[in-house]
Amino acid sequence: MNTVSCPECSAEITLEASTVVGEIIVCPDCGVDLEVKSLDPAAVDVAPMEQEDWGE
Amino acid sequence: MNMQKRLRIGVLYSRVRVEEKWIFGAMEKRGIDYERLDDRAISFDLDQPAPWLEFDAVLERSISYTSGLYALRILNAFGVPTVNTAAVAEACGDKVTTSALLARANIPQPHNVVAFTPESALEAIEKFGYPVVLKPVVGSWGRLLAKVNDRDAAEAILEHKATLGSVQHSVFYIQEFIEKPGRDIRAIIVGERILTAIYRKSEHWITNTARGGEGELCPITPEIESLCLNAAAAMGGGVLAVDLVEHPQRGLLVNEVNHTMEFHTAQPISGVDIADEIVNYVMKAAKAKEALPPLTEKTNL
Repeated sequence: MNTVSCPECSAEITLEASTVVGEIIVCPDCGVDLEVKSLDPAAVDVAPMEQEDWGE
Repeated sequence: MNMQKRLRIGVLYSRVRVEEKWIFGAMEKRGIDYERLDDRAISFDLDQPAPWLEFDAVLERSISYTSGLYALRILNAFGVPTVNTAAVAEACGDKVTTSALLARANIPQPHNVVAFTPESALEAIEKFGYPVVLKPVVGSWGRLLAKVNDRDAAEAILEHKATLGSVQHSVFYIQEFIEKPGRDIRAIIVGERILTAIYRKSEHWITNTARGGEGELCPITPEIESLCLNAAAAMGGGVLAVDLVEHPQRGLLVNEVNHTMEFHTAQPISGVDIADEIVNYVMKAAKAKEALPPLTEKTNL
């Protein structure tokens, strides 16, 4: 089982089996957006802040 | 014996949103040879197109309009087919260009005026009457939209935009404020077909689902279908989302066309496998390249 610790609030987060690198997950404790950087070993980082030209 | 070369597809992305997960899933289900291209990690050597020419087509899903657009321009210059093309991205990503192309095609849209100085913008706003909406020419998710209710607010916002914003914020895009019925319509177009349409509902005047709007299936009437297909064609065609507003007097108007649309609400509500339809379209673009001489890119304007 892949668990990581939130870099913002240190909460223990368990990654779902379907998680992929680059995916954005939300810390269930503090609500910060986290980007999955790697899966083996599991690592997350705070996701980049929204930029002005982001969107669809 | 099948001697056909196996097609190789690139998917340019920045964040793996649920849409990208669905697209990757559809690629894998079809057994497609594809590569994930993180736009934060790649670079283009303009003298060395060879590594990029290995792709028979590239699907652009960048979250940054600017990165996506420049990547498309380079890829198209190299002769790599892209979904969408750089010309379509340029047409959709800039509201002034979108409006100009819609006007050229006689497609109903909200009344818009463009001005380049705070003074001329204020004059145009006064002619409109209040309220009006000021929109940045590039941007989405409902960011930096301003509903301007009176002259005091207009003067303040124009001055702030001119002083604090990038040069792009001094292109003032002024739009009539539409008393829409708490919702707008998003239709998903792939090639010549409309796949589905949903209502995006919100009590707020900004009904974008990125801003908390909710979705509900919208029946595709012949009017919605022809309006959306014409709007998509006016942009140059491809994989597009056409956003419509319901004007109380003028009826359905095309508000914008998106070229790297999100469909996290539309896919589950409609039950249509939009991701798979997109992948199918990308494969067609790749196959068309196999059959044709290298593409040349022409801009729309």
